[in-house]
Amino acid sequence: MNYHWDWGVFFRSTGVGHEIYLDWFFSGLAMTLGLALAGWIIALVLGTVLGVMRTLPGKVLPRIAGAYVDLFRNVPLLVQLFIWYYVIPDWLPDAIGNWLKQDISPTTNAFITVMVCLGLFTAARVCEQVRTGIQALPRGQANAGYALGLNIVQVYRHIVVPQAFRIIIPPLTSEFLNIIKNSSVASLVALPELLGQTKQLVDFSAAQFEAYTVGTLIYFVVNIALMFFMRWVEKRLRVPGLIALGGK
Amino acid sequence: MTLTDLSQALPGLWEGMKVTLELLVMAVVGGIVVGTLLALMRLSGNKFMSAVAGFYVTYFRSIPLLMVISWFYFAVPLVIGMVTGTNRPIGAFVSCLVAFTAFEAAYYAEIIRAGIQSISRGQVNAAYALGMTYPQAMRLVILPQAFRKMTPLLLQQSIILFQDTSLVYAVGLLDFFNTSYSKGNITGEIGQYIMLAGAVYFVISFGASRMVKRLQKRFTV
Repeated sequence: MNYHWDWGVFFRSTGVGHEIYLDWFFSGLAMTLGLALAGWIIALVLGTVLGVMRTLPGKVLPRIAGAYVDLFRNVPLLVQLFIWYYVIPDWLPDAIGNWLKQDISPTTNAFITVMVCLGLFTAARVCEQVRTGIQALPRGQANAGYALGLNIVQVYRHIVVPQAFRIIIPPLTSEFLNIIKNSSVASLVALPELLGQTKQLVDFSAAQFEAYTVGTLIYFVVNIALMFFMRWVEKRLRVPGLIALGGK
Repeated sequence: MTLTDLSQALPGLWEGMKVTLELLVMAVVGGIVVGTLLALMRLSGNKFMSAVAGFYVTYFRSIPLLMVISWFYFAVPLVIGMVTGTNRPIGAFVSCLVAFTAFEAAYYAEIIRAGIQSISRGQVNAAYALGMTYPQAMRLVILPQAFRKMTPLLLQQSIILFQDTSLVYAVGLLDFFNTSYSKGNITGEIGQYIMLAGAVYFVISFGASRMVKRLQKRFTV
């Protein structure tokens, strides 16, 4: 192949201060992890609330949560992102819209948009996992709580939700790994996360193969590291006797 | 956007939808074929083959699809040029097709592997007892049952793939989403065209997953 390999490119100066090209990967990775974590907090909180709603008695609350899941799971992530980025700011009250468009920097604006988009997108998936976890618990758990005189809020807070979370750690782990990968759509609204920085390096240097190799390698290593870490967490928090439950 | 605008835009949008559907169908077929090969390699008992397939699956499952699309966009022409020795440019469609096939194969492989493993040992033993060889047992006994079991899951994955095809926007392929986006950009009604695209994706994905759920009930072996 007539390709000129040049692995030294990463240690060359970008021309801005003492920065070398390798630094772009680190700042990109930091942005990727920041986005994923911020989105994950939204997803976890909202997803838990929705997941609990789906298991509540009555019709209205489970239906609302169900509709949310259907909506956010059946529109492509990229389309959702563009709706948040191009459409929603125009619908917001002028004060907030102007703040997003003018007062804050474009990077901050993009960060907030992607964070909200990823959070609400992933919440639909977290919701389904929480629901599965709650439904996987033996009915006796909740009933024992009621028999002790707890009300429904207490039963969910002290008995059902904590146990459900311990069961669904493996699927939640894969959702967290997904949010890291999904955060790469941020590069399409000019946010310099890991994929964005990789592409910028491709544009600046002629070292496309090298840049993409290192970029994919970083995603790969982060994924594997988190997988092993979560496996360790999962072992420590496993509910005795419920090992086979959970999962997709 | 008035109704006249919409009716003028429709032929263009339909062209985009055709690109989306072509990419989808070809990537699903390619992904399932490669995925089946990977699953068979993984279950073959040959340590080397199994490790190669295992690495392939882990690798593609740990990197973003958007990354694969972007980097295949320039790698595929280079590799094809190297193999054929010519320097003809190939379009974004071929690069995207290769990217989606390679990526989705990793996901299909896991579904197919689980499907094959869910067939009871007795079926395999019975096939061997009848004097079948390994390939015969796979082709005539195991795979037909396994595919029946996993059809709903494969379809579900294909619905996800249908949504993911919108990512070809990154390399400028004019699929359905990118066509709507460009139309909006030209007419200055970008918001409306994005919402329209979102609604179309929603109706198709939602309808399809409802159908898969019904199928699931009928397909249970």
